[in-house]
Amino acid sequence: MELCSFLTLDSFITDPLTHDFMRKALLMSSLVAAVCGFLSSYLTLKGWALMGDAVSHSVMPGVVVAYALGLPFSLGAFIFGVGSVALIGFIKQKSRVKEDTVIGLVFTGFFALGIVLVSKIKSNIDLHSILFGSPLGISLSDVKQTIFISLLVVTLLSIFRKDLMLYCFDPRHAKTVGINVFFLHYLLLTCLSLAAVVGLQSVGIILVVAMLITPGATAYLLTDKFDNMTVISVLSAIISSLIGIYVSFWFDLETGGSIVLAQTFIFLFAFLFAPRYGIFKLKKLFAGYK
Amino acid sequence: METINYQNFRIEAENICVDYNGKVALYDANLRLQAGQICGLVGMNGAGKTTFFNALTGFVNISKGKIRINGESVRSAQKDQTIAYVPQNEGIDSQFPISVWDVVMMGRYGSMNIFRCPRESDVQAVKDAIERVDLTDHLSTPIGNLSGGQRKRTFLARAIAQRASILLLDEPFSGVDIRTEKLISELFIQFKNEGKTILLSTHDMIHVREFCDLVLLINKTVVAYGETSEVFTPENITTTFGGISPDFLFGPES
Repeated sequence: MELCSFLTLDSFITDPLTHDFMRKALLMSSLVAAVCGFLSSYLTLKGWALMGDAVSHSVMPGVVVAYALGLPFSLGAFIFGVGSVALIGFIKQKSRVKEDTVIGLVFTGFFALGIVLVSKIKSNIDLHSILFGSPLGISLSDVKQTIFISLLVVTLLSIFRKDLMLYCFDPRHAKTVGINVFFLHYLLLTCLSLAAVVGLQSVGIILVVAMLITPGATAYLLTDKFDNMTVISVLSAIISSLIGIYVSFWFDLETGGSIVLAQTFIFLFAFLFAPRYGIFKLKKLFAGYK
Repeated sequence: METINYQNFRIEAENICVDYNGKVALYDANLRLQAGQICGLVGMNGAGKTTFFNALTGFVNISKGKIRINGESVRSAQKDQTIAYVPQNEGIDSQFPISVWDVVMMGRYGSMNIFRCPRESDVQAVKDAIERVDLTDHLSTPIGNLSGGQRKRTFLARAIAQRASILLLDEPFSGVDIRTEKLISELFIQFKNEGKTILLSTHDMIHVREFCDLVLLINKTVVAYGETSEVFTPENITTTFGGISPDFLFGPES
């Protein structure tokens, strides 16, 4: 009650901006959200939600090893992210175990390895911030790395935007007209690993998959055009990040969880009220009053 | 316009084998097609029809044998936009957020720059292709809002826009309305006159008799191949369909 009495909308938004760490958190989380949101359209359409989950969990040991060796953690994460996918492909091909089972067992294996390594290495790695993210405590070197990776992923996705769309839609046609499908497959995986790395700073390893699939799923319910889907996905990801950070600031909640919850609520809203594909189809509701 | 050499083979497949992780999907398959020929690919589900298409488009690697497209490798055929593939309706995600125009434009991707920016000629090719399949009213319609027949025509338009000399069609007549069926039949005659080579898989024996100069009956390997009138015999069909007689499949008339 006390909170409500002094809090106007204006101060709700501007007060946190007086803190340096909040400005940084808002900026970085928006950037991360934009990258993950962009990629999210492709993952949703390609049906790679489970793959996103697998890669984002598998980067854990890479992050730990990189920290211990003093390397950029994105490098370690990237190697383990792509490695997990290669391993999934290999086991699937060489055994009779079904794909979803292989994905499940590989990424949990990697994740467990990461947790064991953290306990063994006993460096100054903050397990909590890896698992649940720490957008409010992001360091300067992390900021630089995040900006670099984000620009890289956005540039790659922008250059190969149409090819990736074709790859998701009809890989066989892509192959038939001489487009390198193998390259696109690994490009998408590479972007996925990199996005998981930047995403884990915002919401942590456990929830990063939400950043990679929820915005795309929300956008998918709201449009029938691919370009619009990308824009909506990015916007909904950024808005959720801002909402999540503000809410966590004012109500002292876990930031990563708040961001993902905001995304989930936006998805639920689209699920219920999307003009064409929502349960209540807003268009039809209004049409009824004419 | 390039002169059509009717003597050389457009498609030459020699003793090709395809296996998926050691499981044989197709073995010792042969096929030779020239310009202006329409060939029907007939077999049961799982007989290797789609595998055959996959091998010809380079979507799967063959473990044995040789494929020549216009005398060259599959890879150069891909680069030269020689082959167009029209998928089954079931083979594509109809809920993908993409319009008719964008799908047909994908037929031009192979000849565009890396950003896939359409040039004037690409836009014109797409317009013409969409006109030929009678979908001009649906340029910006998402493919999810199309009927099965319209969707099939969209993918035919993509193949037309690609200006390929070889068309591979997976079940072109399945799940389409009568209007589309008529339009496809007319297009086939036009394609033939343009000197295109067509290989189509179908379950419908009437269509085979109607359009196909040649028939390739397969059941993991070639059961019979040749001119439709000679090859399309009850005995061959029975063998192809694993002992089921054509009377049972198509009624006593056949």
